[in-house]
Amino acid sequence: MSATGEIDAVWRIEQRKLVARLARLLRDVGLAEEIAQDVFVLALECWPREGIPSNPAGWLTQVAKNRALDRLRRTSLIEGKHRELAIDLAELECETPGIDTTLDEDIDDDLLRLIFTACHPVLPAEQRVALALRLLVGVSTPEIARAFLVPEATIAQRIVRAKRTLRDAAIPFETPRGAERRERLGAVLEVVYLIFNEGYVATEGSHWLRADLCSEALRLGRSLAALIPGESEVQGLVALMELHASRFAARIDKAGNPILLLDQDRSQWDHSLIRRGLDGLNRAMVLTLTPGPYVLQAMIAASHARAVTAADTNWIAIAAHYQALAFVAPSPVVEINRAVAVSMAFGPAQALAVVDALRGEPRLKGLHLLPTVRGDLLAKLGRTAEARAEFLRAAELTGNDRERAVLLARANCSMRGSEVISIEQRFT
Amino acid sequence: MRFMMLMIPGGYASAAPDNMPSAEGVAAMMKYNEELKKAGVLLALEGLHPPASGVRVSFKGGKPTAVDGPFAEVKEVLGGYWMIDVRSREEAVEWARRCPAGDSDVIEIRRVHEVSEFPQEVQKMAEDFSKLTG
Repeated sequence: MSATGEIDAVWRIEQRKLVARLARLLRDVGLAEEIAQDVFVLALECWPREGIPSNPAGWLTQVAKNRALDRLRRTSLIEGKHRELAIDLAELECETPGIDTTLDEDIDDDLLRLIFTACHPVLPAEQRVALALRLLVGVSTPEIARAFLVPEATIAQRIVRAKRTLRDAAIPFETPRGAERRERLGAVLEVVYLIFNEGYVATEGSHWLRADLCSEALRLGRSLAALIPGESEVQGLVALMELHASRFAARIDKAGNPILLLDQDRSQWDHSLIRRGLDGLNRAMVLTLTPGPYVLQAMIAASHARAVTAADTNWIAIAAHYQALAFVAPSPVVEINRAVAVSMAFGPAQALAVVDALRGEPRLKGLHLLPTVRGDLLAKLGRTAEARAEFLRAAELTGNDRERAVLLARANCSMRGSEVISIEQRFT
Repeated sequence: MRFMMLMIPGGYASAAPDNMPSAEGVAAMMKYNEELKKAGVLLALEGLHPPASGVRVSFKGGKPTAVDGPFAEVKEVLGGYWMIDVRSREEAVEWARRCPAGDSDVIEIRRVHEVSEFPQEVQKMAEDFSKLTG
């Protein structure tokens, strides 16, 4: 085993704990991360030469604390002591951080503070995602850049900007309570799900990097679920990701084209992930009488996971879950998915009523989604000329060549119905 | 990557059938398990009764034969396992290092097979494998 590999492993485990403790002491996430990085560089220099210490976590904490102390002393000299800093300094100096003592008991609180701060809604989503990968998962800037297929400088800039915003906005290093907590937790879960989807949805880029992003999101979600076990939406999100991840191997054909959910080879689904997802969903449902959007999406994913064949799918249940989802998180895309489920459960006429209510919806303008589904429903109702017009309109709007070919074929009535319907399933 | 950390406790081969870990031992181990969980890497864990209350089924000469424990000829036996999901083999090793294990205990780390590693024709045979584990 290589020394660098070992050091990297220690770093991956310790990094976010180190940043969390430093951030509490320094009240500055950006500065905490910089000091943590310095300490890592030092470890990379010292450990291969002197051997990895018997308690690497203790070593890192000790060295980091010393650096933080230096920094605080310097700051309080330069800027004139402000009270809080003086208190921290005293606290820091009093602590007896003997190398063999284990980490503080309140590390869980510090970790939560770090998670909530790195995912603060004051930051744009893409900055939150980059900062979370860096601070909470310990992924390096080049690795993030490779996973997101953007230049390294772009990611570096996002992280710098995010840290500056947190500092300038004087975001307190705290776990939100009361009414604010719900919104802030939403921002955290959004970041976790964005990371997961980045790995799951796109088909470009190295397969392994993308699978890695999914795994990182799963670990981050599981970690959050362990730190705040009472939140049904956290459990729901983990369950949702596990259920989606169970289809990872089945969702793309050998040429890299996505295989639609209803056409997937279900023997390739990972049933241990399905079991974990279903267990997690049960836990989430016990925690609430009013399921939130992630729990509801997990319920939809679970309905698919439970069906042994596509024909066994309980579309009535799925339509009901979409209705609940449309109620707690209204969105035209949810409505369209609901229409597809209604069509499968109750027939095209009822689904058409759902879809027609969306005509004139500004958020669907310019998207092929609505005409595609409407065309399909009309075709099923035998209204061929109207269906053709919708398919042609959809073909004009789609940016994807393969989809356009399918839509044009449908306009010419040479394609079976389920193919277009199942295109929409990707939006679930 | 999924790894199994197999705990091989020293002396467990000859432990009494009603052997129970000490309260302090359990407390330390629970703290460790919590750490694995809070890091988001723990997938499953179980502890096993000693082999004294176990059975071995062997297949010598094509004939299954069951023999009750303890098994004098066996020196190292399993006491339990953790299934973890980590980024690298090194990370699995680092987690194992942190286990509050005893002086004569050993943890063996083994990677879990993914069906995608198998050659095509074996994959075909293993097609429904994951259903079995569900």
